[in-house]
Amino acid sequence: MYSIASDMPFILADKVAPYAWFPEGASSFAPQVDYLFTGILWICILFFVPIVIAMVYFMWAFRERPGYRGSPEALHNTPLEITWTVIPTAIVVWIFWEGAVGYLDMARIPKGTVDVNVTAKKWVWSFKYENGGENSFEKIGSVDYPKLVLPVDQDIKLIMRSEDVLHSFYIPAFRAKRDVVPGRYNYMWFHTTKTGIYDLFCTEYCGDNHSNMNAKVEVVSEEEYKKALEKAVQEPEDPLERGKLLYKRLGCSTCHYAGDEGANGPGPSYNGSWGKSVPLESGESVPFDENYVRESILNPPAKKRKGYGAASPMNSYAGRIKDEQIDALITFMKSLENAQPKTGK
Amino acid sequence: MSVADRPIVSPASGDGSTYPEHHFLNHTSGFLSWALTLDHKRIGLMYLVGVMSSFALGGMFALMIRLHLWNFKDGWLSNQTYNQVFTLHGAIMVFLFIIPSVPAALGNFLLPIMLGTKDVAFPRLNLGSFYLWVTGLVLFLTALSITGLDTGWTFYTPYSIETQKGGAVLAATFGVFVLGFSSIFTGLNFIVTINTMRPPGMTWFRMPLFLWATYATSIIQVLATPVLGITVLLLSAERLLGIGIFDPKLNGDPVTFQHFFWFYSHPAVYIMILPAMGIISELMSVHCHKGIFGYRMIAYSSIAIALFGFLVWGHHMFTSGMADVTTIVFSALTFTVSIPSAIKVFNWLGTMYQGTVSLNTPMLYALAFIFLFTIGGLTGLPLGALALDMHLHDTYFVVAHFHYVMMGGTLVAFLGGLFHWWPKMTGKMFNETFGMISATIVFVGFNLTFLPQFVLGTRGMPRRYATYLEEFQDLHRLSTIGSLTLGIGLLVALLVLLHSLFYGRRAPTNPWGGATLEWVCSSPPPHDNFATAPTVGDPYDFNGIEYDAKQGGYVKKS
Repeated sequence: MYSIASDMPFILADKVAPYAWFPEGASSFAPQVDYLFTGILWICILFFVPIVIAMVYFMWAFRERPGYRGSPEALHNTPLEITWTVIPTAIVVWIFWEGAVGYLDMARIPKGTVDVNVTAKKWVWSFKYENGGENSFEKIGSVDYPKLVLPVDQDIKLIMRSEDVLHSFYIPAFRAKRDVVPGRYNYMWFHTTKTGIYDLFCTEYCGDNHSNMNAKVEVVSEEEYKKALEKAVQEPEDPLERGKLLYKRLGCSTCHYAGDEGANGPGPSYNGSWGKSVPLESGESVPFDENYVRESILNPPAKKRKGYGAASPMNSYAGRIKDEQIDALITFMKSLENAQPKTGK
Repeated sequence: MSVADRPIVSPASGDGSTYPEHHFLNHTSGFLSWALTLDHKRIGLMYLVGVMSSFALGGMFALMIRLHLWNFKDGWLSNQTYNQVFTLHGAIMVFLFIIPSVPAALGNFLLPIMLGTKDVAFPRLNLGSFYLWVTGLVLFLTALSITGLDTGWTFYTPYSIETQKGGAVLAATFGVFVLGFSSIFTGLNFIVTINTMRPPGMTWFRMPLFLWATYATSIIQVLATPVLGITVLLLSAERLLGIGIFDPKLNGDPVTFQHFFWFYSHPAVYIMILPAMGIISELMSVHCHKGIFGYRMIAYSSIAIALFGFLVWGHHMFTSGMADVTTIVFSALTFTVSIPSAIKVFNWLGTMYQGTVSLNTPMLYALAFIFLFTIGGLTGLPLGALALDMHLHDTYFVVAHFHYVMMGGTLVAFLGGLFHWWPKMTGKMFNETFGMISATIVFVGFNLTFLPQFVLGTRGMPRRYATYLEEFQDLHRLSTIGSLTLGIGLLVALLVLLHSLFYGRRAPTNPWGGATLEWVCSSPPPHDNFATAPTVGDPYDFNGIEYDAKQGGYVKKS
């Protein structure tokens, strides 16, 4: 690891983590990036410390005091001025060069990669593997994170698209980031070097639950990766289990509270809804039944529930969801007929 | 300029100092005498009150953000409210405070006086700019507060198009449009004034550096701001006429919006920092009682920054998926800006060397500026290095970086300038001890707030997060404690200034020993500044400017 933790004890060093500036690197980009950062850090120190020393010294040595009077004449020193123009120029040329070379490595995608399709939507990441299987979820603490499983020591290529607004795919441990832009595919790649579980963040602001749009990346050995792929292919047969999975995979959980999980808003909770009468923004009421659920998934603005007129709008799922999947979700909502609404925040 | 040219003054209360009985503040009275004034000094003061109030408002939102982030989850705001609050904070600070702060408030007051003229070239346009600013402010604040705008101050598409608050985006961007015109007119006015109204003897290279900085800023304002107007018009055309420009649903490209937006907003960064650099050049030379080191290099570097500043907007979009060549070219151009900035810092230090350094409130702010701006500038290097930016982009490292430049740079310089010219503007001296205490608390609080954010950023904490991972909590708490300290420091500064209005002793004509023209006219200046156009020499000729205990200030002994 290239972290400078060992030779520069930092006063703000995290109490638990063994690193100072960076999370532990887990891709082939990490040594490169950390090396460049360390280099620039030392350059900055070499400029900053003398500047501050000079400032404090001049402040003291030339301070206004009885019996002392400095020169009022403006100074001018061409050789000095040329020196402090040329040296910084040379240094930034080096920084630019190193940065550009490293960037080209990140931008040029090698051949023979393991490909993963990444879809970003408010506010969930979903991943589709080469065999068509989709990602599973892992509960850490009280949060269910989408989990991307990747093999170690492989070149991974991500083909990324967004279904709604701008997002950005960022794995700090890999030192890799790329915006996910609607209306086009963006690509990125990295070479995994270490097994473990790493954080994945969305770093382009995307609305209400932007800060919850996280996922986990698990880098595993080749054999475990194969096993994970096999499991990833199928959605469960059982409609209720399938509904539960789709609730998370399709991102319903990022707005609608259900059972004892999911985000409490901006959308209404499913708990205790089934079969009841739903008051609408228009003043009417409709029963919460199969047709209401179906219409709300395919054409969300048609019948907005009272109190949710100003909430962030839901995008239509028309063309993205199959009828059997809607059935599975309906089964899931039915099962919550008597669940309690979330109290408090 | 001889003493005979001075406006009529009467020896004031026993201490022998000269204090004008008649000056611009009491020239006329009544509400309309201010509301309809064409006097650049009064317009400057009205701007000052406006931008300071905006700053207070934006500052409140900043503290709300910091307090919310005390805990890693379940803060006191909902996610939605948090998003609205950071949008309000950013939008108010950028459009209502930093951009107009130095040019419109201090610039308006000082520019004609430094030029030895009675007013700017177009006094009515100047008043018009002020009312445009007020109109923009009302529109903008109404849009922000009533509709709950939550797009961030950058209005990125397609979020800003598809958000429920689409109307809010239009109203807010229209506010920005009007504010932009205020900015353009002020810039135009300053350019014409500097070009045509310099007094006899003031060649380009005998202009105070504050004027060079203001001139460079005005050029950017006039050239870049129209692009913001165009962007807003395109955004409206897309919404109202359904023409696909930025929205992928209409076959538009959201990245195009970023190009448009940053083509204005990056030069706008230099609208914010260049005048601050101008202030520091004045403060360093006056409070070191020594001519500025490398005058020409500082003047040229202002122009260089203004020109290079137009070519680097792409560095806000390094991760957006631009072509590789474009990305690399933008990275190279970005580094060109660092050189003129570095030159300025070295020149300011060179000015201190062998001078006579007066450690007072404005000087402490100026020194704090050099410390903070150097950090802000240096941390731009890792962000400009492409490979490294892939890691740091859109993390707290960026947040810390631009706060060091915008707040540690512009705000601290603005405060330094405010304390420096306060005696000239109000005719009152402030309490020096408490002024220096405010500078110290601001300095400590600022570093405590933003240093931890660099570490948060390198460790991967993304921007604009209402909740975050628990491992980041300690650093966030440090930052929050710092922000409260900073708030106290700023409050002390405000109280010191307010106190001086009521209890401050009368200011002498030249309290600091400056050699530029504003220190020749009385404090506060008379209504028409100078009876006759003064003849000027070197603005940094401190020979013979001596302290006179009888006057409580400096006088020129020739």
